[in-house]
Amino acid sequence: MHVPDGFINAPVSAVAGVVAAGAVAVSLRGARRELGGASRPGGPGSGGERTAPLAGLVAAFIFAVQMLNFPVAAGTSGHLLGGALAAILVGPCTGVLCITVVLLMQGILFADGGLTALGVNITVMGVVTTVVAYALFRGLTRVLPRTRRSTTAAAFVAALVSVPAAAVAFTLIYAIGGTTDVPIGKVLTAMAGVHVLIGIGEAAITALTVGAVIAVRPDLVYGARGSATPLKLRVDGELVDAPASPAPSPAPAATRSARTVWATGLAAALVLAGVVSFYASANPDGLEKVAADKGIDEKVQEHDAAGSPLADYGVKDISDARLSGGLAGVIGVGATVVVGSGVFWAVRRRRTPQEPASRTTGSV
Amino acid sequence: MGSGHAHRLYRHGHSPVHALPPHCKLAAVLCFVVVVVSTPREAVWAFALYALLIAAVAAVARIPPGFLLKRLAIEVPFVAFAVLMPFVVPGEQAELLGVPVSVPGLWGAWNVLAKGTLGVAASVILASTTELRALLLGLQRLKLPPLLVQIAAFMIRYGDVVTDELRRMSVARRSRGFEARGVRHWGVLARTAGALFIRSYERGERVHLAMVSRGYTGTMPVTDEVTASRAQWAHAAALPALALVVCLLGWTL
Repeated sequence: MHVPDGFINAPVSAVAGVVAAGAVAVSLRGARRELGGASRPGGPGSGGERTAPLAGLVAAFIFAVQMLNFPVAAGTSGHLLGGALAAILVGPCTGVLCITVVLLMQGILFADGGLTALGVNITVMGVVTTVVAYALFRGLTRVLPRTRRSTTAAAFVAALVSVPAAAVAFTLIYAIGGTTDVPIGKVLTAMAGVHVLIGIGEAAITALTVGAVIAVRPDLVYGARGSATPLKLRVDGELVDAPASPAPSPAPAATRSARTVWATGLAAALVLAGVVSFYASANPDGLEKVAADKGIDEKVQEHDAAGSPLADYGVKDISDARLSGGLAGVIGVGATVVVGSGVFWAVRRRRTPQEPASRTTGSV
Repeated sequence: MGSGHAHRLYRHGHSPVHALPPHCKLAAVLCFVVVVVSTPREAVWAFALYALLIAAVAAVARIPPGFLLKRLAIEVPFVAFAVLMPFVVPGEQAELLGVPVSVPGLWGAWNVLAKGTLGVAASVILASTTELRALLLGLQRLKLPPLLVQIAAFMIRYGDVVTDELRRMSVARRSRGFEARGVRHWGVLARTAGALFIRSYERGERVHLAMVSRGYTGTMPVTDEVTASRAQWAHAAALPALALVVCLLGWTL
């Protein structure tokens, strides 16, 4: 369920919109790289012209797969949310773009999710889910042995954590700019069971789907690209490396993806830190503790909770504190965005010279 | 789309609202929703005026009320939540039909319901009076990054194709006697999703090659530039401007 209009107040919606716009701008640059270096080296030019058709079709896939019903029990069923899946299959930047486009079209065409809440929706469902899932996935695949099963397991954990992470992000946004005052504890306990289940369901479906794709076209799974084994030829009964390029290619791919992970992780941390500081500055006492106790420890929120009230920061007692803290918060978040994009720029600048080399790492 | 038939959300017509350029309508709806969201919830009459404004626009666009109300059903899960609010929010209690409810909860429910409904209604009018292609052109005109608009265009263009593919897989599963009943069958459904991804991605590659072979270099040629005259902007601005007046009155009164 998407956040509708009027759920988050106008200033916070605007800030979320700015954050979402920054993330989309970064993703637009990143997606060219992710898709340009995909299975076959693209046609003429830098590969940027591959982005629109491929990302468009992946967005259509996300849109369609959200209609695939997974029966749970006793007539109830759920569907995939797709953030973690998109990040693992096509990379975090393309994932953010695809989810953004899906949310944009749902908002404009189906009136699903408010237009003013678009920034909140994109930030929570698109950016936080995708970035957290991908960072975790890459981290796990680096630690775990390089097998198909560990990739699937990493996908499971990434999807499992990405769902509550998005919920925590939403809770924070709600705590700053929510327009209703529902006690956070009550709603959390009520939603806990449901959303743990939904998170597990999302994780199971994501892992199974990633496993299904890896079984057929491992080269299409962006997150597992570094783990492809080089082509070997059997010559006179002995295995030897294929003479062509595959041998050197995995190395640049690995370093490149490691940098991506660091950059995305850093950006996620910065964004989250910005939100937290905003929140803390608006509510100096006690409320941080509530977030720690209720929001972060229990980890039960989820997209579906995005449409639900999760906080009870009685408007009465914080209205003046919010006014005073609001400006500081806006500046903080704005500075975070600037720093985040600056980091991205710096990393990208340094990487550009190597790009032609790494672009040729294709399917093996 | 593209092939002459419109999407099912669009309602063909020749009203003044249909004739407005898409980017004017998009900007107007966005401004209207922003104004509605920033109205204080205590000004109940302001929301009634907003609803009247929306109804007037719907009437000018010749959208039957039934059509509009049916499309408002997208809100239902959200209404269910709003109905709960008076019972879970602490605070001053009041009696309503013999049931104790909380006053801040009632205000919260009202706030969310009123603003959410108005937002949905405005979006519904936009979607039912604007063709998809025009909407995308309008987004481009409003300086959305061209790449994002292109991705949206490809998604819309191939959305039905991919959905149909999913439906054919579902038919194939069922014709082989498969029926998903519970968690045990998730593996099959997930393999469907995986196959759908591979098919979509490979279709994307084919589309890309087909387009490159026709001279595509990463940008779409703009064949029909949408432009808006000053009068059209003025017409489109009528809705948010009136709403702004109501909002300012709501703050001052």
